[in-house]
Amino acid sequence: MMDNSLKAIVEALIFASPEPLTPKMLFKLLADEPKEDVTATIEALKADYETRPGLQFVEVAGGYQIVTRPELHEWVRRLFHERSTQKLTVQGLETLAVIAYKQPITALEVGEIRGVNTSGVLTTLLERHLIKIVGRKNVVGRPFLYATTREFLIRFGLNDLGDLPKIEDMAEALGFDPPARLIEQAPAEEMLPLEEPEA
Amino acid sequence: MTEHSEHADFESSPDAYKVKLDSFEGPLDLLIHLIRKNEVNVYDIPIALITEQYLSFITLMQELNLDVAGEFLVMASTLIHIKSRLLLPRPDPSQDDQGIEEDPREALVRRLLEHQKYKAAAELLHERETLRSAQFMRPDARVADAAGEEYEPELEVDLFSLLAAFKGVLERASRRPHMVLPPEEIPIETRIAQLLDRLSETEACGFEDLFADGDGSRGFMIVTFLALLEMIRLKLIRVFQSGGSGAIRVYKRARPTDAPHPIGDPQNP
Repeated sequence: MMDNSLKAIVEALIFASPEPLTPKMLFKLLADEPKEDVTATIEALKADYETRPGLQFVEVAGGYQIVTRPELHEWVRRLFHERSTQKLTVQGLETLAVIAYKQPITALEVGEIRGVNTSGVLTTLLERHLIKIVGRKNVVGRPFLYATTREFLIRFGLNDLGDLPKIEDMAEALGFDPPARLIEQAPAEEMLPLEEPEA
Repeated sequence: MTEHSEHADFESSPDAYKVKLDSFEGPLDLLIHLIRKNEVNVYDIPIALITEQYLSFITLMQELNLDVAGEFLVMASTLIHIKSRLLLPRPDPSQDDQGIEEDPREALVRRLLEHQKYKAAAELLHERETLRSAQFMRPDARVADAAGEEYEPELEVDLFSLLAAFKGVLERASRRPHMVLPPEEIPIETRIAQLLDRLSETEACGFEDLFADGDGSRGFMIVTFLALLEMIRLKLIRVFQSGGSGAIRVYKRARPTDAPHPIGDPQNP
């Protein structure tokens, strides 16, 4: 297959996909093509979209998506009646931020950082599929451990957790050094998985 | 708690508080507010002043019949504790074999800073969310379901499918005539051992077949179901379902080394 036709196919697939289309899925759909070709085609397509006036090529939740440019939102919104998306409250956002940076984390630990009881907020976040229970902590009471979901990445336009705004950037904005505790990862052996991680 | 002159600094209208309380979601928010208002250094908090203002704020909240959450009171006692420790004479460092004593305020400062950091993170997340919500993608009404990452013929079942299947087993059992026999209690551990024996014979087994082994009593079925749940937790078995509503099958599995240990049951498969 020639370069250009492959590019056309990849573009059509990404455009038509209802969810961010992952490279893995693209490889599967285009199993006859060498992976390097598919990867190179994605890169070429990404470059093409740099100069598209109305559309944008974004990487979200480990996949690719073609979306309208955010600066055009006022015009696009005239098109339809928007389903009112429930905005997250400040509490919801702050709780989500703590979980995003410190996952996996228990409700108690979230509460310690935020200084308030967060069980109600956690329920809301669970209901909206922004967080999920990923295991239990191997301490007394075996409390649930929470982590963010793929839905969270999609909603916030993040490619992966490494795409989260960096703690150091925030430290600069606030004018202090981040406490070391904030950066370190929770030790993995404390966690009891609920299910087998994907092989 | 006594009346303080700081009351004059607060807005007097109860309505103003309703708005304000939203931003003082927790005691840490209130502390940050007081530190900012007094323009003091977060690394050198004048505890006496801040404690006094904090307490007067709580008193005011109580006077306004607001529900003062327990967290606020815990923080109040923390502040008073820090204040009292600061008032105590410091031990002579030369006689202190514990080394330099930590400033009593330090733990609080760490919490405040960490709290602030996540507030900043929340704001950044909010910015990302706003940007993202300004991007539109095309949904096609004809797309019933994405093909998905995996073309798996089998899906690992979730708890609700399992519960639904169990409900079916119980309902069918209730339709069968039954006699009342002296109950035979089987401990879950025993049932796990039985199930393991049975599963090792066949490798894969229908979910419902596992309930046909016993005396058909409700108690036996419940023990079997609980045993299965425990075995899933202990990673002794895997449970699969073909399609969304197909038959549920149970496989015995090689136990991974990181599997949890059974409580009070050292038995290995």
